[in-house]
Amino acid sequence: MKTHNFIAAAGLAVLLAGCAIEPWVKPYERERLADPIMNPARDALASKHRAHVYEVREGAHGATGVQGGGCGCN
Amino acid sequence: MVQPACREVAVAATSRWWAVTIACRQRLIDLVAGLLGGALATHSAGAAQLPEDRADAMVHLYDGGGVRASGPALLVRKSLADKVSLSASYYVDAVSNASIDVVTTASPFKETRTEYAVGVDYAYRDALMSLSLSQSKEPDYKADAVNVDLAQDVFSGMTTVSLGFTRGGDDVLRHNDPTFSASATHWRYRLGATQVLTPRWLASVNTEMVADDGFLGSPYRSALVFGAPVPERVPTTRTSRAVQFRVVGDLGSRDAVRAEYRYFWDTWDIRAHTGELGYSRYLGADLLAEGTLRYYSQQKALFYSDNATTETTYVTRNRQLGTFTSAGIGAKLSYTARQVPGRYEIKFHTAYQLLRFKYSDFTDIRTGQPYSFDANVLEVFFTATF
Repeated sequence: MKTHNFIAAAGLAVLLAGCAIEPWVKPYERERLADPIMNPARDALASKHRAHVYEVREGAHGATGVQGGGCGCN
Repeated sequence: MVQPACREVAVAATSRWWAVTIACRQRLIDLVAGLLGGALATHSAGAAQLPEDRADAMVHLYDGGGVRASGPALLVRKSLADKVSLSASYYVDAVSNASIDVVTTASPFKETRTEYAVGVDYAYRDALMSLSLSQSKEPDYKADAVNVDLAQDVFSGMTTVSLGFTRGGDDVLRHNDPTFSASATHWRYRLGATQVLTPRWLASVNTEMVADDGFLGSPYRSALVFGAPVPERVPTTRTSRAVQFRVVGDLGSRDAVRAEYRYFWDTWDIRAHTGELGYSRYLGADLLAEGTLRYYSQQKALFYSDNATTETTYVTRNRQLGTFTSAGIGAKLSYTARQVPGRYEIKFHTAYQLLRFKYSDFTDIRTGQPYSFDANVLEVFFTATF
């Protein structure tokens, strides 16, 4: 129980620490981050195809950021 | 610089969390809204922006292990009044299946899967909300899904927190057997965050929990028990979790690198690791080249057996649930055919990947050797953004 309380308090402290965060990368410094080269999932159709290829042949799925449709193509 | 009011709150809140000030409470509300938000703006570095208007057309191909799946895919997206973006997509898989499972137990077959999806995105201040519906149909399988996603930029756009939910429902039928009918339901919960580390580096973590319930096997597949084929028997529930970490960095010479790792585990005792590396580089003004390496390894499900030697409640010989590795190497080339800054851009893309699957405990009964195969994955498409 003490462990749970500690984790909850620590988590809350981390959240509240956000109140003190100043952006260390200013908006005008984020030009490179907006370049398409920084987004590997920028082409939705191609990403969907790759995700589908993996999902119907591998046991693992999820947490890839790509929403796939269901199928019975095992 | 630390804001005094918030610093006091942070100290007090560790013991009395309800003692937050109004100013800090507003930020907490933003954060909670973010936790209720979705996984769409994973690369946003400022106020929430709608996805850009675009039209995509693609031809895709998968060819490997006796299975050939190909077809067209279309996507259109258009915004209205800079607040709402509507999207629609169409995706076809024309499958010719002569996989080892099919040729050793049945006859090769052909069938077509067609998927339609529509969606709407709504941007409000630093939040992006999304709702989409999809339906996938093939002669013996129908799948519907509804997705809800929300994303919230917090900490002056330094962090994007996202949350999403999907509910899917499947109807399973069996060829030439009107008496067979089954169903399955899927719930997917997503939580993620993307963090601006420096002016050149981004990091993200995504998690997803999936709960499946219903008919989760195949009405066609057989397992082997003491060398004799029996219909496979798999549990009717499955819960899985996955967590993925990713870093993407601009290397400063019009090139970028990324690294990803995902760990997956579920209640069927499958454990899987996925690693991926990518490198992208602009070549001149119009070409973008990319290379990727991917490695996947999986430990089998508890009830998987190549040839069971004991009678158990559940048994399967679905090699997707076996122990295997998959290694991939890929390349992609994008060519900007026409560009009018601020108005439109037309690009052509070709992407190819070679995948090699090697199974540790799935025997090719034709040869008596562990099964393995290579697969070619190809996408040729154009994108127009406007």
